[in-house]
Amino acid sequence: MMATVNNMTFKFSGEAGQGIESTGRGFAKALVRGGLYVFGLQDYHSRIRGGHNFYQIRVADHEIYSHDEQVHVLLAFTNEAIAEHLQEIVPGGGVIYDPELQINPAALAARFVQAFPVPLNQIAMKEGGNKVMSNTAATGAAAGLSGFDLEAINSVIRDNFGKKGPTVVESNLKVAAAAYHFVREKYGSSLTFRLQAQKAKPRMLISGNEALALGALMAGCKFVAGYPMTPGSPILEWFATHSKDYGIVTKHAEDEIAAINMVIGAAQMGIRAMTATSGGGFSLMVEALGLAGMTEVPIVVVNAQRPGPATGHATRHEQGDLLFMLYAAQGEFPRIILAPGTVEQCFEAAYRAFNLAEKYQCPAIILSDAFLAHSPRALELDTLQLDVPIDRGELLSDEELDQLTERYQRHALTPSGISPRALPGHPKAIYSTSSDEHDEYGQICEDAAIRTQQMDKRMRKLETARAEMKAPLHYGPSQAEITFLTWGSTYGPLRSAVDILNAQGTPANIVQIMDIWPLPVEKVSQALRGAKKLISVEQNYSGQLATLVRAYTGIKIDGLINKYDGRPMSPEYILSRLKEVA
Amino acid sequence: MVSLKDYLSPMRPTWCTGCGNFGIWNALKKALVESGLEPHQVILISGIGCGSKLPDYTTANGYLSLHGRTLAVATGARLANHGLKVICTHGDGDGYGEGGNHFISAVRRNIGIADIVQNNRVYGLTKGQYSPTSPHGFVSKTSPQGAIEHPFNPLAIALAANGTFISRGWSGDVEHLAWLIKEALQHRGYALIDVLQPCVTFNRMYSYEWLRPRVYKVQDDPNYDSSDKGAAFAKAQEWGERIPIGIIYRTEDVPAYEEQVPALTLGPLVKQPIRVKPMAEYELLKQEYL
Ligand SMILES: Cc1ncc(C[n+]2csc(CCOP(=O)(O)OP(=O)(O)O)c2C)c(N)n1
Ligand code: SF4
Repeated sequence: MMATVNNMTFKFSGEAGQGIESTGRGFAKALVRGGLYVFGLQDYHSRIRGGHNFYQIRVADHEIYSHDEQVHVLLAFTNEAIAEHLQEIVPGGGVIYDPELQINPAALAARFVQAFPVPLNQIAMKEGGNKVMSNTAATGAAAGLSGFDLEAINSVIRDNFGKKGPTVVESNLKVAAAAYHFVREKYGSSLTFRLQAQKAKPRMLISGNEALALGALMAGCKFVAGYPMTPGSPILEWFATHSKDYGIVTKHAEDEIAAINMVIGAAQMGIRAMTATSGGGFSLMVEALGLAGMTEVPIVVVNAQRPGPATGHATRHEQGDLLFMLYAAQGEFPRIILAPGTVEQCFEAAYRAFNLAEKYQCPAIILSDAFLAHSPRALELDTLQLDVPIDRGELLSDEELDQLTERYQRHALTPSGISPRALPGHPKAIYSTSSDEHDEYGQICEDAAIRTQQMDKRMRKLETARAEMKAPLHYGPSQAEITFLTWGSTYGPLRSAVDILNAQGTPANIVQIMDIWPLPVEKVSQALRGAKKLISVEQNYSGQLATLVRAYTGIKIDGLINKYDGRPMSPEYILSRLKEVA
Repeated sequence: MVSLKDYLSPMRPTWCTGCGNFGIWNALKKALVESGLEPHQVILISGIGCGSKLPDYTTANGYLSLHGRTLAVATGARLANHGLKVICTHGDGDGYGEGGNHFISAVRRNIGIADIVQNNRVYGLTKGQYSPTSPHGFVSKTSPQGAIEHPFNPLAIALAANGTFISRGWSGDVEHLAWLIKEALQHRGYALIDVLQPCVTFNRMYSYEWLRPRVYKVQDDPNYDSSDKGAAFAKAQEWGERIPIGIIYRTEDVPAYEEQVPALTLGPLVKQPIRVKPMAEYELLKQEYL
């Protein structure tokens, strides 16, 4: 049989506490170091031990944006893993497991799945002296079975265990090698799915949260406050880890309410400041979002969505907060909403959010999601250009303030709605501003005419910003039978689905909206005009983007492919639902 | 030389005639002038309530935030610019009710804020409901049969939360209150000034006439040792015929929060460049993902 080279999926599966995530990520890293592209998918329960978790790695020799539903090699650390995932394994694929698990190979054979028992625990004990290293053995076995380069595995072991000292590194290297050779000798090339390391420039394996944090750092964010909530908290943790080296103040606050109010206090003083949370935490921040709107303080808030309402599915995925972001907090005020869909867009959204927030002196929300936040993807090093542009908007310099001859007006009426901003501390620009409606100086004012003027002034910023918001992104042939509308990480699986459709002879394309608010209405209408059949693909119940687009452009969406079971879309799911809606 | 004139604002207070907030306002301005602080060197941060309007009536940097969130906003401001004196002025409903969690956290965080709580033991701005410091049995619009809860003791709670400067003032004695505020402004870390403030409209119980004969200054007693926590706890419990005012507890041995943050050793965050390192060092961050 002809071998399929560099196009397969590994799935590491077991209980929480068995190190599934770190083992999976380590293996994925080795694949990237071997010059291959990967996409990692994490799935775990909201518990620290037990349960059933997996880490899925799609690997290819070309750029990939998503996982899919086919598995070629399952690394099963429990019997349950096999029961759960056997159906996903392709004919000719295989399961690596420790014979201690006492698997019935007949069940596997019935599905043309090969059994690859490997004494992982024994190897770990014998070569490394510790059962803990059975994960390393599994990695070695996976590499051996697919004919991948052991040296790439070794290099990751050296890096990952380096901190624990040379003995730990040495033992792990021995364990990986032993498992590798065991599999090569015993199973040779029984697996027809193979991997071949390639020469390539170094690539990163980086997740949405990591790219977002990096983008924020490069934008000059210096203050990050938060209260832990999955999947937003890794951003706070990232900054905490890097704060000492890069001059950042991070604050684990007493609650989300404090976190966003601290961010507002810091931003009012002139610092680029950010908080990251998930829907429930965002709910608590809502009142302060309005405070930033009313006092025109530029802040950045990340909402990494997970299923709601209330605590929802703590560790899982949904995109159910779009319309909530649009209207969160009482009253009306300008805000910016960016919804990145890929890892590189997370980086871009982060620095643009700071620039837009300062330019329009309003809150900017980055609407991310669990799938995007957690999933690492291989990226070329130069995809993330770190020297990002910084635009602090109409910020008055000390020199300009020195020249002031009249009393400073923090909320001066201007045609653009943007009032030149002075930071507290300059003797010529002493001012107070208020969450109460205020006059141009910032002083509390109940006058009806001034209320109208200040409302108009603030809302003018929205229109000024609308002109700057970017057109939707386009993927696929310009003429298509089906146009898919989407936002957020759903873009990844949809992109794979569209590739399949086009390969099958059904021309299809994607319109992805990243600049959600203020919606660039003209640009969106333009992008969707001419669409023959328009289908919105969203990870929520009601089709929130479809609603938004219909409301502002009048364009009706012909069908909706949605999902709200907490698990991300897959290309297969999209294609199967397409048959129903199209 | 800074003078009271510098703090004058074109805005006239909307407080009721006789409101205790006038005394607090005057004491604060006096303390600022006597401390030699210019209006641009301080920021007054408040929440929502009658007393929280104070920054609006004073020429200084000011920010009137949300009900209860005063200390959280001030914490962010202080961490972003510890070159400024950060002073909070807000009510007991704001500070101890809606903002209770922030109060406890600010105390134990020992962040460099002088916190003036205008404690009239009632909600003024919303017209007379009982507050967290209203006494048990207090009859108000939301407690017509008398408050069932027992009052929150800010001094004792601040002591229990390891506060480092815990004091009580009284708006009927501007001299003494101004002195207290000056001491608080000198303090490294969080300084609580719980101020007895008559609300002449909604709380007839704690009038000037009732309070004046009762208050006494702890510092008048040469034997009172404000560094003795046990003695401070006892003082914090005293209420009734005699009510202690002054510095109940103080220690200067504990560093302020901001003194311990590595990034702030380079000076106030707002004064630091957007990027503190050469680009090449940021490029190295990518190596973490290889
Ligand atoms: C979130 C929120 N809840 C309620 C209010 C209404 N409110 C305004 S002031 C106030 C209480 C004020 O009491 P206190 O803080 O003691 O200040 P005082 O008016 O007595 O000076 C309340 C409940 C509000 N503005 N915001
Ligand atoms: S209601 Fe009470 S606290 Fe408010 S201004 Fe009048 S007297 Fe002062």
